[in-house]
Amino acid sequence: MDQEAGSPEVAIAISSTESLVEARQKGRDMASDMGFSQSEATMIAAAISELARNIVQYAGRGEIRLRRDGADMLYVIASDDGPGIADTRQALKPGYSTSGSLGLGLAGVQRIADHFEIASSPGGTTVTLGKRRL
Amino acid sequence: MQEREFPKIPPRPHRDEAAQTLLTELVAHLRENRTELRQEWAQRITKARLLTAMTEDEVFTEATAVYDQYVEALETGTFEALQAYARNLSERIIPRGVETDEVVGIVLLLRDVLARSLFAKYQHDFAKLNRILDAYEPAANRIANTVAVGFVQERERIIREQQEAIRDLSTPVLQVRERLLILPMIGAIDPQRARQLTEQLLHGIRGTRAKVVVIDLTGVPAVDSNIANHLVQTVEASRLLGATVIVTGLSPAIAQTLVNIGVDLGKMNTVGDLQGGIEQAERLLGYRVALSAGEDKPTGTAFD
Amino acid sequence: MAVPILKEGDVLIASIQSALSDVDLLNLRDALVERVSQYRTRGVIVDVTALDVVDSFASRTLRELAHMIRLRGARTVIVGIQPDVAFAMVQLGLTLESIPTALDLEEGLAYLGSRR
Repeated sequence: MDQEAGSPEVAIAISSTESLVEARQKGRDMASDMGFSQSEATMIAAAISELARNIVQYAGRGEIRLRRDGADMLYVIASDDGPGIADTRQALKPGYSTSGSLGLGLAGVQRIADHFEIASSPGGTTVTLGKRRL
Repeated sequence: MQEREFPKIPPRPHRDEAAQTLLTELVAHLRENRTELRQEWAQRITKARLLTAMTEDEVFTEATAVYDQYVEALETGTFEALQAYARNLSERIIPRGVETDEVVGIVLLLRDVLARSLFAKYQHDFAKLNRILDAYEPAANRIANTVAVGFVQERERIIREQQEAIRDLSTPVLQVRERLLILPMIGAIDPQRARQLTEQLLHGIRGTRAKVVVIDLTGVPAVDSNIANHLVQTVEASRLLGATVIVTGLSPAIAQTLVNIGVDLGKMNTVGDLQGGIEQAERLLGYRVALSAGEDKPTGTAFD
Repeated sequence: MAVPILKEGDVLIASIQSALSDVDLLNLRDALVERVSQYRTRGVIVDVTALDVVDSFASRTLRELAHMIRLRGARTVIVGIQPDVAFAMVQLGLTLESIPTALDLEEGLAYLGSRR
């Protein structure tokens, strides 16, 4: 029996693109467990993939935390200690990218989010995504 | 089917030895007097007019199972089995019309029946009675809580499923021909319904191997920009599944909303009415071979 | 995990079996491009039925794959996108641009067959 699926918070260390698979799966599991539909769970898994990918690409290492808030809200908190995003507003415009994929990924995640926060400085970046179960 | 996991019950507080000894004694008493206590409980359930949706035999069968689970939970101090049983029981009795207050009521009745039998047994040793009750009460309260919470959660889950099923009925995806699906939409569409609709359509495309889908909006006078956006996304997702989408019955209001959100209506495959849309779909699928003179060529092709 | 690639006449069929890591996807891309040159292939079908998530990396790599294969004179069709994955992709703004997609292997072969 999967102990973690019932926990209110799960943390996944992100250190390589292999950890993306784990983060996606755990996100999907938690979403299904909370009663999100299969299509919503797929979307959450894809969003987690984008956030985790950014961590690997721009900071090398970081963490994804999955947190249930009440019965309906799932938060994905992606944090790293990397060099930060120079211009977050620019980064959120679809198509912006300094190296090919950052802008597209974040803009899409923001689009599907019910709650979205991004805080970035040279000391690190934290992106918070919230999804509410319909 | 994926089983839902309910929140885990927090680990039981540490039991000291004295309390454990008392509980063991208590459990032995409850097991010895199982027949009488169960009987008394079942009678009190009937007298309190609870579980009227069930027959006496059914009440007795469930009472037996609950009693045994109750005693087991007292003995082991673990509640997972009880929670699982409570959910299982709830799943069976909720469709019969049993209400939350009835379930809470019968568990509290059992607690009382057992407490009274303890009074009767230890009435001559007041100090011991107190100690036994000290050991019994927290456990009994947790049991009542576990059962009630399990029931409520199951109820919520069933209500959600029923709502989904009702929505399934009211937004049909119809297969009218081989490889051709029609989705007639009627009335107001909220985000939940829109999401369910899209899921049904996309799964329908896959399940029936549809190559053409006609989404008919004749019955929908207007939508807000979020739903309009959702419609466009549904069309795009259908294309990823290899299907062509024809939109029919577009009201001027919806057309304007689509334009407002940046859709190029010229690129969207639209036809005035449902009948026209079906005819075009049939042409695309090769059901109608000849185009009569003067008919326009279809604006989209099935295999882009 | 390497993706099996089958040859059926002048068509190559790659069936993704399970969740792919980034490296696996890149290897698939390179392997297909190499074989297209090797076998004088006319068409490539990539079956993504088993992919339960498509993110921006996957969609970009598939676009690159199709582009590189086109440069070698062959067409690519992506088949088997799951309904939920398709909708998630559209919502996240991920696109396969002009790469043809079809429902399944059968439809993919029919598509390639009609485009001689």
